[in-house]
This record gives sequence, C-alpha cells and structure tokens, in this order.
Amino acid sequence: MKALRNYLDKIKPNFEEGGKLHWLHSTYDAFETFLFVPNITSRSGVHIHDARDSKRTMIIVVIALIPALLVGMYNVGLQHYMAIGQQASIWDMFLFGLLAMLPQLVVSYVVGLGIEFAIAQARKEEVAEGFLVSGILIPMILPVDTPLWMIAVATAFSVIFAKEVFGGTGYNVFNVALITRAFLFFSYPSKMSGDQVWVRTSDTFGVGGGNVVDSYSGATPLGQLATSEAANFSEFTFQGITGQSLSISDMFFGFIPGSMGEVSTFAIILGAILLIATGVGSWKTMLSVFLGGAVAIVITNLFAQNALMDMPMHYHFLLGGFAFGAVFMATDPVTSSRTEKGKWIYGFFIGLLAVAIRVFNPGYPEGMMLAILFMNAFAPLIDFYVVDANIKRRLKRVATAKTANE
Amino acid sequence: MALLNSKTKAVLLGPLSKNNPVIVQVLGICSALAVTSKLEPSLVMAIAVVLVTAFANVIISLLRNSIPNRIRIIVQLVVVASLVTIVSEVLKAFAYDVNKQLSVFVGLIVTNCILMGRLEAFALGNGPWPSFLDGIGNGLGYGWILVVVGFFRELLGSGTLMDIQVIPESFYEVGYENNGLMMLAPMAILLVACIIWVHRAQNKELQEESN
Repeated sequence: MKALRNYLDKIKPNFEEGGKLHWLHSTYDAFETFLFVPNITSRSGVHIHDARDSKRTMIIVVIALIPALLVGMYNVGLQHYMAIGQQASIWDMFLFGLLAMLPQLVVSYVVGLGIEFAIAQARKEEVAEGFLVSGILIPMILPVDTPLWMIAVATAFSVIFAKEVFGGTGYNVFNVALITRAFLFFSYPSKMSGDQVWVRTSDTFGVGGGNVVDSYSGATPLGQLATSEAANFSEFTFQGITGQSLSISDMFFGFIPGSMGEVSTFAIILGAILLIATGVGSWKTMLSVFLGGAVAIVITNLFAQNALMDMPMHYHFLLGGFAFGAVFMATDPVTSSRTEKGKWIYGFFIGLLAVAIRVFNPGYPEGMMLAILFMNAFAPLIDFYVVDANIKRRLKRVATAKTANE
Repeated sequence: MALLNSKTKAVLLGPLSKNNPVIVQVLGICSALAVTSKLEPSLVMAIAVVLVTAFANVIISLLRNSIPNRIRIIVQLVVVASLVTIVSEVLKAFAYDVNKQLSVFVGLIVTNCILMGRLEAFALGNGPWPSFLDGIGNGLGYGWILVVVGFFRELLGSGTLMDIQVIPESFYEVGYENNGLMMLAPMAILLVACIIWVHRAQNKELQEESN
C-alpha cells in the first residue's frame, strides 16, 4: 500500500499543470481517487460530510451484484453441459460460465470506460464513477450468446447518446444499461429473443465441446408460455432445455435458461438485502414494483383468457427479469424518482406496466426493460407533482393557522 | 443582367447551411423521419419538395399583389395542392414503387411546414425570381438532409444503397448483421440530431448561450 502511494506521489507532478502528461490529468485523477480516499476537502461554504460518496455507493451495488453474477456463471455452464448431455463437476460448469461471461464483461468495461475517460479528458473534468455499475450490469442482462461486437456497439451507443449528451453521470434520463439492452433488442432481434440465444451450445475457448442432445430446446420459460397453445395455466408445464420439467426451486435458485445475471431470484434477494441494509437501494421502490406487479397479476388472473394471463403471481416474480429489474434497475438513484412519495408511484407503475407488457404483448416477453425505460421518462414529472403537492399542502396549513390565530 | 447578385446568392445558398430549414429551423421533421429508411425514396422526396417549393413560391409571388390578405392561406393551399397533385400523378405514372413507399407523404407535402413557411415569409414579399431561388434553396436544404439520413439508414439498416448490395457477403459470414433499429423512426431522429451536432460544432454562431 505504502509503495503504491509513494509511486502515485512520485508520478503526480507529470500530470499537474505544466507537466508533460497534463492532458492525461483526468485519467490520473480517476485512478488515484479509485485507489485512495481523496484527502482534499472543500474549503468554503457549508458542507455535509458523509462517508458515502458516489464511489462507495457504486462499489456496494457491484458487491450486491456479485451473488447474481456467480450463480449466473454457474448456470451458464450448467445449461451448456445439460444441452450437450455431458456430466461435469460444479467447477467445470463454473469455469465454462466464467469463460463465456468474462469477454463480455471486458468488452463492456473497455468500451464504456474508454468513452467515459476520453470524454472526461476532452472536457477536462473528473472521470465519473457511473459506468462502474453499468459495465457489470450490461453483460448480466444479455443472453449468453450475444456477439461481442454487438455489445461494443450498443455500449458505445448508450454511453454517448443516453448519458454523455445529457451531461454525463448523474444527468442521464434513462438507465444506461437498459438503453444498451433496448438498442440490442430493437437492432438485432434475432440475437436477443427466440430460443437459440439463451444457452451456449458451442464450446468456449475450446472448453466444453460436444454435440447437442436430440431433446434440446433452448426456449426460456416465459418464451415457452408465450408461444404455448394451452388454454389455461394448469394445462401447462415449464420445461427445461432437455425436456425435463422445471420445479419452483429451479426457478428460485436460477437453474433455467435466461439472461446471464437475472435467472436466480435467490441471489437477487441476497443483493437486495445488502442494498437495503446499506441504504443504497430504496426498499420503497423495490416493494412498490412488486405491489404494482401484484395488482396487474390479480387483474389478469381474474379475466384470464389464455395461459399467460392465467400465470400465478409467484411465477411472474420468479421468471424473466422482474426481480432483477425491481432490485437493480428501478432503484437506480439517477433515473428513478427522488421524492419518497414519488418512489411509490414510480415503482408501482413499473410493476403494473411490466406485467401488462409481458401478458398482453407476447412479442415482448421482457416487459421489465420497456416498463422501466418508460417510467424513467416520467420520473421527473412524478417528482414535480409530489413537490408541488407538498408546497400546496403547507401553504394551506399556513392559511388555516393564520385564520385560527385571528 | 447577372442572374445572381450577392443578395440572390444569399437567398439561394443560405438555406443550405446557416439557415437550413431542417437542422436550424427544425421544420419538416415528420417527413424527414418517415421517408428516409431507404436512399431512393429520400432522393425522390427531396426532388419533389424542391420542385413544389420552387414553383409554389413563383406562383404565389406572381399573385402576391392580388391575393386578399384574409384568404391568403386558402389561396396558398390551392396552389400547393395542385402542384402536389401533379407531382403525385407523375410519380404514379413513372415511379410507381417509390410512390408506394412514400405513400401518404407525397400528399402531405401540402402541409409541409417548410413550404407554407417559405410562402408566408418570402414569396408574399418578393419578386418571382428571388422567390424561385428561395424555393430551390430551401428545397435543397431540406433535400440534402434527407439524402444524408437516407444514406446512413439504408447502409446500416439494410446493407444496400439504392437497393444495390454494398456491404459484402463476407461481412455477413463472419457475423455482421444489419441494424434493425436503423429502419425505425427513432434512429432517424438521432441521425438528424447528429447532423445538427456536427453542424453546430462547426458554426459557433448558431450555438445557444448555455446558462
């Protein structure tokens, strides 16, 4: 630690005004503050000091994502070895998943951070931390077989057009990771939906080669239900990729085909506990997403016309990106509502819309992405009316107090 | 008599850049988004708008002293509508496929904001020759944006230009895919935004004061 500090101090003059590497000042600053707590404090005005700066907030979100990431990696391997009909140890499965996911993580971080650093450098600003979380979220919400160049294009697109043009971290209207996914979803639908993309059947860097078994079908549970002919849910059974039936615990622990990070509701709950305990994620938003979803599910169940409308509540919450979106996407502090009352409204409509899109438009089985992006656009409006209502209420209180005094 | 003096030159060339109807005045966006998914319809639309704007400007300019002020919009609409009908019939006769792609948007040239704007702002107060140049200039100013947007949308969205394959087959074999979002309207508005971005960056005087 000491040696690192000394080294940083030694090279520091190069990056300061007049140094030959001054043009890389933002980059140096980013690494220095990443490695050490900055010892610069504000010298004027009144400030509230809090240990929770945005770097720490971001790191906690990343830590909260780790369980889902690990289970996701294991599941990628599990689905792969099931598809090729081979026995493998847990570590083989995990290794396969790691090899499949690592390139995507690297691409998303290199492209996203590259653009962030370049723009911060050009604007002579500090590099903001926002992409630390987006970079890990992006591969987690994509199918495992998404080509790397597509991830690169989509990440570049969303960092530039969803974030930097609005002014960078903290100013974006829409969630950057979700914009990446939406871009891919509408640009390359064949790679983002259907039943070919959720399980990697080929080998990864030579690991896990083999032939796909005959009974293989890679559709996600939601995809199966959306295309099924069943008239109601009791006639329908979810199938795994080799035709075995899926139990509730498979869905809860995440041993189903799906986007890499969002299959395991169990791991997401672990992350949610950490987010709530540290106060980084708002429990109000999370709870109200589930409340909104519950209301929509009760209504669709009452008027069920097909198996999708008939699906019971716990399946809705376990499948697809519902839980992941509620915990990690809806609670994004930048794009969600900031007022406490607003969070309830914001979350409620996300849940409501996600279920509505999922049920009434089987062409978009991922209702969560569209619902959150849609409500992102409304978050400032919700805040405006919540603040406005509060002002009106207090003005009224002043008026009644005045008349009472007279 | 010189056909172009410095004033008429400004009338003709101004709308191409500093006074562009699409990227500076932000008019005519609706058709710019709707018809630009391929290069060919963008080109045809551009030509149609150039012709209609130019001749509508001339006709209104000739009539400008005899049009009663209160009904001038109706008179303008009649003139524009007749011109648009002619263009639409010609397209149906000689370029039926393109006409089908453009669908209602040929007819909607009637309500194109650029057209009415030029008639109101220029033709009613100027002679036929400057009005003609103004129409050509604004039509071209609108047209080149359409062509640029159409070029990128067709190239990236379908891999073709004027329906001729330009992205080689070998690209697709190694995993390249056409970008489906390019075929949807949101990407058109982003492309227009990018053109505005580049244009403002080069013309500092057009940048708004930031506060």
